[in-house]
Amino acid sequence: MSGMPLRAVDFPAVFPGPAPVHCGTHPDAASDLRLLAAVQHGLPLVPRPYAELGRQVGLSEAEVIERLERWLATGIVKRLGVVVRHRKLGYRANAMVVFDVPDALVGAVGARLAAFACVTLCYRRPRRGEAWPYNLFCMIHGRDRATVEAQVEALTLACGLEAMPRAVLFSRRCFKQRGAVYR
Amino acid sequence: MNALERTLINGLQGGFPICERPYLAVAERLGLTEEAVIEGLRGLLDQGILSRFGPLYHAERMGGALSLAALAVPEADFERVVAEVNAFPEVAHNYARDHALNMWFVLATEKPERKAEVIAGIEAATGLKVHDMPKLAEYYVGLRLEV
Repeated sequence: MSGMPLRAVDFPAVFPGPAPVHCGTHPDAASDLRLLAAVQHGLPLVPRPYAELGRQVGLSEAEVIERLERWLATGIVKRLGVVVRHRKLGYRANAMVVFDVPDALVGAVGARLAAFACVTLCYRRPRRGEAWPYNLFCMIHGRDRATVEAQVEALTLACGLEAMPRAVLFSRRCFKQRGAVYR
Repeated sequence: MNALERTLINGLQGGFPICERPYLAVAERLGLTEEAVIEGLRGLLDQGILSRFGPLYHAERMGGALSLAALAVPEADFERVVAEVNAFPEVAHNYARDHALNMWFVLATEKPERKAEVIAGIEAATGLKVHDMPKLAEYYVGLRLEV
């Protein structure tokens, strides 16, 4: 990283620093992994899905519920719910908008950008020399390119980023879209 | 997409309950029947509007690694490189984008040390340098799409 040394105050991040919680650190690791494998492709579409998952992996409904609640509490699972394909919903324009923001400001700017409803993701990532001078990344999904371009202009002005280097990388094609697979 | 499907997508982006009859709990909250919720979700999955209905994992907290990586691919080699990169099961999303770095993909590995192996493997297979850009801070994660 170039620039100033990183300080904790620069990171008003949603998640505290990496604190891996290994599934294998407690006595039920084997059944945890079986449950993880059973649930990763989706919840069963039956009235009692957690009982059905339990039946598949040899746990009671109460045990499945207790584990999923624990995984949510510890952040191993961010949430349970729907994973939508934006394109199918008519959100055909998808842009990765990147800025080169001084390290001392990146946390504050990131938090401001993230407050905009059109911003679906906002991360700080490392710059990579000449090939990639940007350190703040946002994803914006919109119904068409013109809408997204107008949103980028509005964000830039609202956050006082006009003078900072930026790039808007529209996606041209999506070749592979799926969640990570855990076996 | 019908009204039921829109209601489900808007109503479930924030999460799904963990209780004995979660579909019933959702149905009561959204003014639907349990059966309508289950069949509506099945329809959304069958149409491909939902890629998944279930848990969203936090790879790093599971002890794995998650990163964004980019390649600068000569236009003539693009199809070949797409196939080579997508052959790795650790590649979760792959997009062509308008930039000199024109291929962007997510790497998700179960063990942190596997990331370097996958990057080395992609570099060996494609002959191109992988620019790895792991997350340093996260300012927001969520979905606020109204449909």
